[in-house]
Amino acid sequence: MPSNNKVTVTAEPGKQELFITREFDAPRELVFKAHIDPKLYVQWLGPHGYEMILETFEPVSGGKYRYVHKDKEGNEYGFHGTFHAMSPESMIQTFEFEGYPGHVSLDCMVLEELPGNRTKATIHSVFQSVADRDGMIQNGMEKGVTEGYERLDDILKSF
Amino acid sequence: MRRDVFQAIADPNRRAMLALLARQRMTLNGVAENFRISRPAVSRHIKILKECGLVVVIPQGRERFVEARFDKLGEVSDWLEKYRQLWEQRFNRLDEILLEMQKKEK
Repeated sequence: MPSNNKVTVTAEPGKQELFITREFDAPRELVFKAHIDPKLYVQWLGPHGYEMILETFEPVSGGKYRYVHKDKEGNEYGFHGTFHAMSPESMIQTFEFEGYPGHVSLDCMVLEELPGNRTKATIHSVFQSVADRDGMIQNGMEKGVTEGYERLDDILKSF
Repeated sequence: MRRDVFQAIADPNRRAMLALLARQRMTLNGVAENFRISRPAVSRHIKILKECGLVVVIPQGRERFVEARFDKLGEVSDWLEKYRQLWEQRFNRLDEILLEMQKKEK
């Protein structure tokens, strides 16, 4: 179901940070719950075409998390980090891709209540260097391109 | 060294040069007059912009004109667009979950 709520990503050239914003047609408590309930979290976080395995998940201050994205070929991509704050007003965690160890970002997410039982989410990610940030975006792009090709495959099959 | 759009716009002086050249083509001297950095430094930046495909240098008589080529800048928005789509897919799934949760509450 397509949504009218658009994601914006802001990453100024030469900076170590990026911002992601998105609004939801749901009250803040539910959006928050979808971030801390492991059964809900696994349903939406993994990229399309990947199995999402949530190995450790302790969404409280000082808690740890680790999850693995597994593709159809069996390749596994692990991510882990620590939670520093876990409330609707402020979710703060570190984030590290295990394929690129030692490069950690700090992700801060704020959920803002909007009129009409709606919610605005803002993610602010700060990286250790501009190269780390650009690498992260580039990596996302490669996945996007792969998915684009998958869609192209589907279209070609329909001929 | 990296020679792409991202390298080109990573430097504030180069961004300012592109902003200047967006309005009109200029001679190398004309560009240099707008900056407090040395003339060789301006030439170096223009050379990088040229290698990244964002400007062309056209000799005309004794002068050398610099012209911006902005079609390359599209690569930047495209680059972010793919990353944005990744989050869009993720959040579209979250929308469905939130819808289910709201149905259950009623």
